[in-house]
This record gives sequence, structure tokens and C-alpha cells, in this order.
Amino acid sequence: MTQETIALEVFRYRPEQEREPTFQTYEVPLRKDWVVLDALNYIKDEIDGTLTFRWSCRMGVCGSCGMMINGTPVLTCAAFLETYRPGPVRIEPLANFPVVRDLVILMSDFMEKLGRVKPWIITDKEKPVAEGEYLQTPTQLADFKQYSMCINCLLCYSACPVSGLEPDFIGPAAIALAQRYNLDSRDEGSAQRMEVLSQDDGIWQCTLVGECSAVCPKAVDPAGAIQRYKVASTNDWWRSKLMPWGK
Amino acid sequence: MKVSNEPLWWAFFGAGGALSALCVPALLFLVALAMPLGWIETPSYEAARALVHHPLARLFLFALISLSLLHWGHRFRYTLYDGLQLKHLESLIVLFCYGGAILGSVFTAFVLWQL
Repeated sequence: MTQETIALEVFRYRPEQEREPTFQTYEVPLRKDWVVLDALNYIKDEIDGTLTFRWSCRMGVCGSCGMMINGTPVLTCAAFLETYRPGPVRIEPLANFPVVRDLVILMSDFMEKLGRVKPWIITDKEKPVAEGEYLQTPTQLADFKQYSMCINCLLCYSACPVSGLEPDFIGPAAIALAQRYNLDSRDEGSAQRMEVLSQDDGIWQCTLVGECSAVCPKAVDPAGAIQRYKVASTNDWWRSKLMPWGK
Repeated sequence: MKVSNEPLWWAFFGAGGALSALCVPALLFLVALAMPLGWIETPSYEAARALVHHPLARLFLFALISLSLLHWGHRFRYTLYDGLQLKHLESLIVLFCYGGAILGSVFTAFVLWQL
């Protein structure tokens, strides 16, 4: 029996040889146990070694193989090829990012935004080691655990129409990660993060489209994080206007 | 760093959305369905007027109508910005949306006051 195949229309962009991106079609075996990433690796190994893409863990943990498949941002290691039968399957780099080469996007803008929200535990005064560890109850852990599942895969930035329209928008993952530290019982940095996020390019550009949460492969719910932040920031704003002596 | 003034409008947007989502379906059911279809007795003109005349009823109607208008203003502003991609007309849009909502609220206050 001959092996059934499926066509992959892959976005190609080689800046040294072409000014505009093109699409190249590859026929790959349609194997039941293959995900789209396996098909891309098959192309790389067997058909065309020049195809460039990021990947690492193959199991939805590293967050590096996010791409647009038929216009939807997904982790290619979690997208079974068979789902797209009979094809063709269109594979493009994540939307809303500059493309470095083929399916590889430039992440530096996100990395800068992520740093701005200070995604680490901030304490006013560090406890000496002799006083022991910072204890946390399971309930306190549950408060932020969901937001700590983010793997920085950037699918949410690709899915967010506001990120596409407003390049300054700090974006879903950065806000969800800010919330991850704000809600941590050991953290005392929420005021510092609020300063960054209560600006116009912080949470306020979000119009609650909700696509970030819909595409998140780790069920982080950045849209929920942003809404909670809006409530906190609104309380802060009204308090500072109505009771300016309170600050 | 400049703190955004968006919380002002967002608070009205949120309040208007919550209040209208809660009350408008009930009001519509009563006034647009149950009364005309005779499921419940329609109050006489005098009774309805007396009800609306009560200061609490007037306050409720003012809150419901003005906050719903402000909800619309905020939503429509972003619909024009992102949906129709007219952000370059920002000041005009802000004036139209919030100005319209505020004018509508003032008119509502006037009508309710005259009752």
C-alpha cells in the first residue's frame, strides 16, 4: 500500500536572496502519529535542508515551535497532521512579529516588554537565610499557579488583534506574568508593576477580545489576568483622585 | 511615566455593562412582552407615571440610561479605533462618543427632572 501524503505550503523568506516572502509546497507522508513539527523535520532532513524553524522539546514545554497553521497560532508539536487532512496545510511564522528567516520570528520586542513588568519576586527587605524559607500554603500557591504555567510561546501575541494594531501594547503574556508575581504571597512588587501597567501602553489597550486565552496551550488565561488588573488599576485611579492624601 | 486616564471611562463602561445586562432584559420582558401580550396586567397611565415619579425610580432610570450610554460610548470608541481602524481621528471620535453619551445623560436628567 502506498503511503498517503499531504501538501504543506510553507512560508519561505530568505532575506539574502529575496525581497518578498514566498510559499513553497512540500509533499510529506501523512502519518497518523505525526504532528506538524514532525512533518517540518521530515522536510528539513529529507527534502530541503535550508528550511529554517525553531523547535526543541517536542512536548509543549519549551514554547519555541509556535507557528500559524492555516491562519491560527498553535504549537506545531501539539498539532496532529491528520487533523488537517486532506490539506494543503499552510504554515507561516507567528503573526504580528517581524520575520528573521522562514518560520523564525524576532522575539526581542517581547523580551524587552517582559523585562519591563519585572517578572521576578520583589521584596522590600530580603529575609536572612538564618530565618528560614518563605512558607506558602497550597491556597496561596493556587492563587498564582495558573499564570506561572506560561511558556512564553507568544501564541497570544499572534492571536491578539490589538497587538497587531498597536505595537506598543505590552501584551497578554507579559501582563499574565506580572499577575503571576503580584498574586504570589512572597512578592511585594505589585506597586512597581502597576506603575508600568497602568500606562496607556499597559493594560489599557486591551479591548477584551479574548483570543489570547482561546489559543493559549497552557490554559493561562491572560485575558482574565488583564481584566483583574483593570479592576485593580481602576480602584487605584479613583482612590488617587478621590483621596489624594491617601498616597 | 504617565498613568492612563482610561480607568475613568472604563469604570463607567463596566458599571453600564453590568447594570444594563442585569436590568434591561427584565425591563424588556415586562414592558415589551409580558404587558402587551397580557401575561401581566398593564398599569394605568396614572399608576405608571406615579411609579416613575418616585425619586428612587427616577434615580434608577437616570443611572440605567446614562451608564448604558457611557458603556456604548466606550465600546463604540474602540469599535471605531480597531474595527474600522480610524484611530487617526482619535480626538473627533472621543468627542463624539463620550460627548454624545454625556449629552444624552444631561438630556435624560432634564426629562426625568421635568416629570
